[in-house]
Amino acid sequence: MEFFTHFGRYLIMLRGMFTKPENTRMYWKEFMHQCNDIGIGSLGIVSIISVFIGAVSAVQTAYQLVSPLIPQTTIAQIVRDTVILEFAPTLVCIVLAGVIGSKIASELGNMRVSEQIDALEIMGINTKAYLIMPKIAAALLTIPLLVIISMVLGIWGGRLAGTASNILSTDTFDRGLLQNFIPYNVTFALIKSYTFAFIISSIPAYYGYYVKGGALEIGRSSTKSVVVSCIMLLFADYVLTQILLNPAA
Amino acid sequence: MIEFKNINKSFGDNVVLTDVSHVVQTGMCNLIIGTSGSGKTVLQKCLVGLFEPDSGEIIYDGVSFTEMTDDNRKELRQQIGMLFQGSALFDSMTVEQNVMFPLDMFSKMNSSEKQKRVNEVLARVNLEDANKKFPAEISGGMKKRVGIARAIVLNPKFLFCDEPNSGLDPQTSMVIDKLIYDITKEFNMTTVINTHDMNSVMEIGENILYMFEGKKEWTGNNEEIIFSKNERLNAFIFASKFLQDAKDMRMLEAKGIISDDRDMEEMLNSGEEIK
Repeated sequence: MEFFTHFGRYLIMLRGMFTKPENTRMYWKEFMHQCNDIGIGSLGIVSIISVFIGAVSAVQTAYQLVSPLIPQTTIAQIVRDTVILEFAPTLVCIVLAGVIGSKIASELGNMRVSEQIDALEIMGINTKAYLIMPKIAAALLTIPLLVIISMVLGIWGGRLAGTASNILSTDTFDRGLLQNFIPYNVTFALIKSYTFAFIISSIPAYYGYYVKGGALEIGRSSTKSVVVSCIMLLFADYVLTQILLNPAA
Repeated sequence: MIEFKNINKSFGDNVVLTDVSHVVQTGMCNLIIGTSGSGKTVLQKCLVGLFEPDSGEIIYDGVSFTEMTDDNRKELRQQIGMLFQGSALFDSMTVEQNVMFPLDMFSKMNSSEKQKRVNEVLARVNLEDANKKFPAEISGGMKKRVGIARAIVLNPKFLFCDEPNSGLDPQTSMVIDKLIYDITKEFNMTTVINTHDMNSVMEIGENILYMFEGKKEWTGNNEEIIFSKNERLNAFIFASKFLQDAKDMRMLEAKGIISDDRDMEEMLNSGEEIK
């Protein structure tokens, strides 16, 4: 029953975001501010994770492919496809759910508890539109870009690790990258990243916006929002994979 | 003028307001007083539309607020300024940006006009040197003054203050009270103040509503409060022995039994008990 209460309020919150802005310039300013916070602010952690994910997947794939019958270019293909299909969109978004999700939930929660949201309401500002909409829009713009950057850096990390540990040469890796490449995989990864971007921005916004109490509750709602976002993200990952990649479907 | 009639508000089984009616006058400091938990903050939040009353009517200058559409309420809210208990300043903005925010959002002024207006209101609240400071870098009293500056920057017709003196020393409290009083008179605003500060009640209480357990208990002004025989009100306002004595002195003075400090000294020296 509690689930339906939350879900209903979540939908009402989303519906409440779509109103005419009081001042388009101020909304644009807030949107750009959020793009900077979410996009540029997460670039460092996304870059580090991506390079290491690619590097580890290259070394581990080489470790498992012991048969001399399997060409070395297969390692590059596996690195490419795992990074594009799963690591870049899913793993990076799980990390972003922690980084961005907790930031959104605690920021909104603090604004709620310190009556800053009430102050905006009194001024006649639609706080759902002004505070939540720019965050979701910024996430929808920047997270797919971060995922694309993650794909490139992940594959580059694999290439780097492959040559550094003498598993395969750069030429072999590059040849492998171009073999059996399916452009649809990138489309699929981007569809996932848009879905995940919406999940990891809107769910923490909901938990932060409706927080009640004090500092303890802000912390709790922040943690809860990250947990729920991750679960929903993994659930969406499975559903999208079933719908878009299942050969039997 | 704001008139509210038969306001009722509950949260689940917890009844907070019961049939509260009152008229808030223009150009006056209207105080809502009462102990913590008496429902004054909920009442004020109902008046500004942050809470929806379960029943009753709120009328702003003859127009029913409770029956307004959301768009009309938005328009009205641009004529409302509010000072919150914790000031509710935006942490990420400087003092100047906080005060400029309503202008950025709602006015069509150019940037130099906005800057001029911000400087004017900051000067009005005696805060000329804090423009570039962040809320975390200023004192509680300064935060309140920034809150007042932000509340009045759009020249509102209605000013709401939720416990403007909470957390302030008595001297700063009096400065804030005087500032609110002067601004009310200067701009002929309808000011509603929630407080349980005795000094505020006696200094600026021109129209007072005393709430007890969510109900209207007493109304009057700061002169009438001295002579009130309402036991709950007296217990609330004149809670300490010192304040009770001050009240008695004021009553004796009003009755002509004592006329100056010398009479009072004689009375104290004679050991006569004040009745």
